[in-house]
Formats: sequence, C-alpha cells, structure tokens
Amino acid sequence: MRKPCRLAPHRINFVTRRASSFIRRGVTAILALEDGTVFHGAGFGAQGSVLGEVCFNTSMTGYQEILTDPSYKGQIVTMTYPLIGNYGINALDVESTRPHVSGFVIRELSRVVSSWRSEKSLDQYLRENNIPGIQGIDTRALTKHLRSRGAMKGILTTESISDKEAVERANKWHGLIGVDYVKEVTCRSEYDWDPEDSDSRRWRIPGTSNSVGGAPHSDGVDNGKGAETYRWSLPPVRHRIVAYDFGIKHNILRRLRQNGFKVKVVPATTPSETVLKMNPEGIFLSNGPGDPSALDYAAKSVKGLIGKKPIFGICLGHQILGLALGGKTFKLKFGHRGGNQPVKDLSTGKISITSQNHGFAVDAKSLPKDVEQTKINLNDQTCEGFRHRELPVFCVQYHPEASPGPHDANDLFAEFAKLIEGKR
Amino acid sequence: MPKRTDLKSILLVGSGPIIIGQACEFDYSGTQACKALREEGYKVILVNSNPATIMTDPEFADRTYIEPITPDVVARIIERERPDALLPTLGGQTALNTAMALHRKGVLKKFNVEMIGAKAEAIEKGEDRQLFKDAMLKIGLDCPMSGTAHTLDEARVVAQKIGRYPLIIRPAYTLGGTGGGIAYNREEFEQIAQGGIDFSPVHEILVEESLLGWKEYEMEVMRDCKDNCVIICSIENFDPMGVHTGDSITVAPAQTLTDKEYQIMRDASFACIREIGVETGGSNIQFSVEPDTGRMIIIEMNPRVSRSSALASKATGFPIAKIAAKLAVGYTLDEIPNDITRETPASFEPTIDYVVTKIPRFAFEKFPGVDSTLTTSMKSVGEAMAIGRTFKESLQKALRSLEVGRSGLGGDGKPWRVGAEVYGDRDVLPRDVITQKLTTPNAERIFFIRHAFRAGFSVEDIFQLTKIDRWFLSNVEEIVLCEEELAALRL
Repeated sequence: MRKPCRLAPHRINFVTRRASSFIRRGVTAILALEDGTVFHGAGFGAQGSVLGEVCFNTSMTGYQEILTDPSYKGQIVTMTYPLIGNYGINALDVESTRPHVSGFVIRELSRVVSSWRSEKSLDQYLRENNIPGIQGIDTRALTKHLRSRGAMKGILTTESISDKEAVERANKWHGLIGVDYVKEVTCRSEYDWDPEDSDSRRWRIPGTSNSVGGAPHSDGVDNGKGAETYRWSLPPVRHRIVAYDFGIKHNILRRLRQNGFKVKVVPATTPSETVLKMNPEGIFLSNGPGDPSALDYAAKSVKGLIGKKPIFGICLGHQILGLALGGKTFKLKFGHRGGNQPVKDLSTGKISITSQNHGFAVDAKSLPKDVEQTKINLNDQTCEGFRHRELPVFCVQYHPEASPGPHDANDLFAEFAKLIEGKR
Repeated sequence: MPKRTDLKSILLVGSGPIIIGQACEFDYSGTQACKALREEGYKVILVNSNPATIMTDPEFADRTYIEPITPDVVARIIERERPDALLPTLGGQTALNTAMALHRKGVLKKFNVEMIGAKAEAIEKGEDRQLFKDAMLKIGLDCPMSGTAHTLDEARVVAQKIGRYPLIIRPAYTLGGTGGGIAYNREEFEQIAQGGIDFSPVHEILVEESLLGWKEYEMEVMRDCKDNCVIICSIENFDPMGVHTGDSITVAPAQTLTDKEYQIMRDASFACIREIGVETGGSNIQFSVEPDTGRMIIIEMNPRVSRSSALASKATGFPIAKIAAKLAVGYTLDEIPNDITRETPASFEPTIDYVVTKIPRFAFEKFPGVDSTLTTSMKSVGEAMAIGRTFKESLQKALRSLEVGRSGLGGDGKPWRVGAEVYGDRDVLPRDVITQKLTTPNAERIFFIRHAFRAGFSVEDIFQLTKIDRWFLSNVEEIVLCEEELAALRL
C-alpha cells in the first residue's frame, strides 16, 4: 500500500473553522469584505495581507493575462471558473512585466500543470511576485454576493487575525473611488515599444506541411523547435504614433505593431504640447486601472490633442476621451470583467463577443451632440464605443486586443490605420 | 432581421429508431425544433418512424408522418404536402443523408423545396473527407500529414517524410477500408502497404500520420445569417484520440488549453464553419492537439446538431436545437432572447462556473462475443452527465449516475469482477491485469485507473500506458487519496 499522502487543501471544508485533522495541513487564509462577509480558505502563493477592491472575472481561460493586466491594480480578483492553474504559467502570455492584482481568489488550484508551454506553476509564480491567493472558498457564493451588493473593499490575509479585525481592516482601506492608480502603473519615462521587433510578432501554434506529396499548406514552417517558428511575421511600419501609458497591456502594443504602427510609449502625465512636438501621425490612449475621474491631468492633455491628431482609445482611454469631450463617467455596480461580453455595432448590427475589464463606464447621455455612440453592450445597454462626428476620434470600452478573450474585434486596429490614412 | 415570411410550411426529418450512435439526442433536438417553428407560426410537417419520441405526439407538428425515413417515402410526402422548406440539420445523420439523397435525385428542385439551415453544397463539403481536407488546407488549418502511393517505393518515401510511426494505411476504393490498417513499425508498414496496394482496384493507398494518443477537443459553434458566430461550449475528451467521441468520457469546458490556444481554436472553428458554408445553426467541430508540441489539427465537422450539441445545451443552458431552428428561418442571434436570463439576447458565449462530465454507458454484457475494445466506431448505448464545482465531483456523480451499481470510482464496498476473477472492493489488483486494462481502451478503464493508483502506479506510469492527460489523472489520484484517507480514519 502506498504511504498516506497529504490531502489537497481544497477538499477541506473551510467555511467553518472547527478543529479538524485536515485543517492544520494547509496555510489558512481569510477573505473579508467591508460588509462583514468572511470566507475562510487555504492560502497559496505568497503569505501576507493585501487590501483591495474585491471583484470577479468570468473568463474560463486566461488567468495569466488577467494577473498581469495593469488595469487590475488595486483589486483582489476572484475567478468564477472554479479550476485554475491547470496549464501553469509561461513566459509568453504576459500583459506586462509583472502581475498587478493585489490578491487572487479561486475555488481550486490545480495540483499539476498540464501544458507543453508551461514553465512554472501558478502557486510558484504568485510566491515569486509576492501576491497572496486564497483557494477552497465558495467563489460562487462570493460572486453572487458581489453581484447583488456590488464590488466591495476587502482584505485577503494569511495572518492569524480574527474575523472582526479583518473586516475592520477592510473598512479602513481608502477604496478605489477618486484614487489615481494610473501613477503606480504608468511608465517612468518615454520609450520605443519593441525596437527590435522581437516581442510583437503574433504567437501561433507550430504547424506542419500537410500533404507530404504536395506543397506545404502553412507558410512553409515545419514543427521545428524554437520560439521563432511560433510567430507570424510583421508588416512594414507605416505609421509612427504615440501611446499614452495609463497601464497599457502588451498585447495592445503587439497588435498595434502587427497593424503597421511604430509606437512611442509616453507616461500618463505627459502634457499635450510635448506629444505634439513629437509630431506623431496618431495618438493612442491605453487601458488602465481605477477611477477615470481621478485623472484630471490626463483629460486635460487629451483635450489639447483632440482635433489635432487622430485619436484611438481603449477602456480607460475611452473613458478619458469621454471626460475630455465633456461627458461624465460613473461606477458600474459590479463591472464587466470577462471574455464573453456581447457588443453590438449600431451602424452594421454586427455583434462581437468581447473581452472586457472595467468598473467604470461613460454615461452616453452626458456626451455632447457632436459625439455619436457607436457600440452598446447587449447585456446592460451601456456605452461600449463612440466617435466624434467631425474630428478623427474614436474609442471603445472593451478590449479588441483580447488576451485573454476572443479576437472578434481585432479589426479596430486596422480601422485606426485607416483613420490616420484618411487624414494624411 | 425578422423571420422569413416567404416560408409557410417546413418539413422536418427526424432520425428514426434509436440505434447505437444515434439515440435520444435527436428526439430532443427534433422536438425542440418542432416547438420553435410552431411558436413562430410555421406549419410543421414531420416525418419520423419512432413512436417513442415525444416529437411524434400529435400536438408537436401540424402533420405527422410515421413512415420509413427513406428518400422515396419522403419524396412522396413532399409531393403531397408541398412544403416550402426542408430542415435537415436536426435529425442526425439519417435526416442529413435523406435530405442529400432527395437533393441528388432532384426531388427538392422539382417541388421547389428550399433546404434551410445548411445547403447541400455545405453538407457535401463537411461530410466528404477529401473535400473537407482541401477546404481546411485552403484556409490554412492544419490537417494530418498524408500522401498517396502506388508502389511500395512511393509508400516508403511518404512514410519517411511523415517521419514517425504509427502510420495509417488506407487503400483507395475498397469496401469498408479492407486491406488497410495501422502500422507501428517499418516491418508492419511494408506488409500493410503492399497488401493495400494489391487490394485496391486502382493500386493506390493513402499513407497518413496517426493521431493516436493526441488530446481531443470539440467546439460547439452557432452561426446566424448575418455571419455572427459564437462558441456555445468547448469540450475536452478525457480519452485521447483513438476512441470515438461517443465512447469517450468528455468534459466541458476544455481544461488544459491556455487562452492563446483556446482562442486560436475558436478562430479556427469560425473559419471552418464559414468555409464549409453552414449558413445558420449549429455545427460540431473536432480538433486534435499533440500534447508535446501543441500542434493543432482539425479532424472533422458535423454540419448539423449532434450528440455533443445536446450535451452542450444541457451543460450551458443554451438550447442549441431551438436556437438553430429559429436561425434557420431568418432570425439573428441578437433577436432571440436568452432562455436563462430572459433579458439578454442569445448572441453571447455561455461562461460557466462549474464542470460537466459525460460518461458513456456500455452494455457489452448483453452482447456476448462482441469485442469490448473501444475504437473509432461507437459502441456505447447511452450516457450520463453530471455537473460539479470540481472535475472530481462531476466525475464521481457521473459514475454514480451510470447505474452500473457503483457509487463512484470505488470504495463503496462492492466487489470487482475481472473476467472470471472476483476481487474485494479494497483489494489491490495484480499489476499485469491493471496494465492490460489500461493499455487498451475499454469500458472499465476509468475504474482501472483507480486500481492502478492503489497498486502504486504513478500519474506518469498511467499516462505512459493510456496517454490520458496528466491533469485528469491527477484529479483521479486525488479521489483515490481521499478514499485512502477516509479508509484510514475508519480504522
């Protein structure tokens, strides 16, 4: 008979804290919300305590991209899909240089990783990056609670503190509203994205020549080893643009390059005059974390650019454009975070299944008359995109760069190129 | 786009009696279609010879023909009823084949009956191996490497180019593939290849790379007449390639794909349904992934509602057959309300916070003498599905639902019968018996994975014997570890 083995921590009923032989085997962890709701689970990743807004993401794949998305700064992210960590962590699927979530909440961490691309486990990755996680809690109950009460302040801790103290500490946190998180994730100084064209090529699954007797079907690439074969080639550079980094995801930069843009990335606080001096062909406004209304400086810069250069904005960039044009933003109850949000293009009727991650939205009614709403979310009819009727300005609330999520809206980058070409 | 008003009556072809490989899933899909079409005010004419399906209840169609589903009989029904359209995609392979026969005979053209859902050309392209492969290569999807040969020398050249065994040899134009086979080494290859060349009336064989042991995935896709496409459900097979999907334990959603890989598979699914030309409705598309390199191959597509559609519908709450019927008469996905939320439209992709496991039910005990090895032709007679918050929970529930007398993987105090031998529930079985039961896919293999862990096999050992993904095996191991822990407590 095999020797008795350690039982996986998630088998244990952590909801109650009664003394059980199982409970001492894993690190216990607490997730406490500002309204007094407390969950007990097993800790994984780093040990310690973090404060943040507790929100949920409904994507079934893509936890690595979510962890490294700077837009999650200040948030404790719950995955609604229960089984996480199945395919580990690899070097390619990152959206920035490090993970940004404050804490990570899941139902069950996989004991093994199964992927030909995996380099380490999720547990190890979070430990290395000093991010605590909690597993073994009823994430469905948590999600339902957040859906009815809205996203909440919370604490995730592996310290042995009382429930009461945890709730108190969650309540003392300042929260997200009115706080500028962009300054924590934006670049310190301007830089050229991927000058060597080494990180922008689109990843592909290695193919093979199919018909042995005939011509190979794919672009002549065999299934040889090495990262080179896993990338598509890039088109020549056609446009030089400046991208405001409010917490930009790398896949936006990759997609821009894949569509012929050479991108100079500038810090969020860069004044419009500085950007105009660079004389770019267009300006991109990135995604980013937190409350757009806390970013007066960004709205001011953008105001100084509207009408002078073609502008394309995504997510927070869309919200900042809304503010710069005189509109208002508001906090959504529990936000849109996931990979299955249906968006309808109001002019073509075409539906895209989109990747989204935002807790705030632009109030379409607050937009001036010369701005036209172009896209809506079919779930709650909120504004998903608008454009200026006369000036070369358009933006979307969702993430056409996907990563994680569907590629349905990929052509928006080409649309930006067309906008620039139309203005040349 | 509102529903079509140029159509008044629609002929729906059912799937006939329940047989292995075509069971009550088409009762479900056909009934859903009847209801959906009548709800829209169309006159529904139904042909189905099965008295046991609820579809043939008088209130489900305006005209019900309990007649043989053969082209001749259906042609006479068409002549008499003069329907405006024929919906062939909701009655399984029987309906699809019958509709294609009517198309080829010119019956549809003669009586001006429009095929809705999928056109004949699309069905042809999706069903014909070579047409399908050509279409997939055209849009840049990967297919198994292959080449044709007329002599042993030519065959050797193809084999060398593919570069590894096993190899599949298919002689051209022989009935049921006579003279073909799988070669695991050079010796076998030369023998089978020569035999195949001799057997084939045109002395031609196809040498194809084998995908045995690769991971298998399915995607359930829906498309509307405005070319909106959504994935309803992804499915990962517990059993690797080599076992018919109907005989495989399958799990939704896919468990071991990164988002990058999943999205590439999603894009490929849309490219496939567009290239094949299924205009509206659902399709099931199957992929194979080489575990060590990630190479992704498209295997086949069913240009119709399938067994997996029923599973995907129940797994996600998205009624594929009902929506497919509505799409066929011109609605778009955003015009149809989502059955679950009732407030949001059907143009979304279900995301779930649970795991669904389907386990096939076999009845080999009723067919003595039948080879119980699982292969590429389906042998199961039914299936059970279960939902759980973890794969372990759903697997255990599905095993319990099979009604084979087990409460799950084991540990229920009941004996195990292996051939003539009877073992106690907690007995450790002999390693050679376990090895043999793991190596060849069979109905009890899942239980022998438990026996293997209890006999000291590691995840790696079992993977080498079965090629079942280590993620699945590790989960089964956890169930066994829990059993051990509980057993120890009882002492």
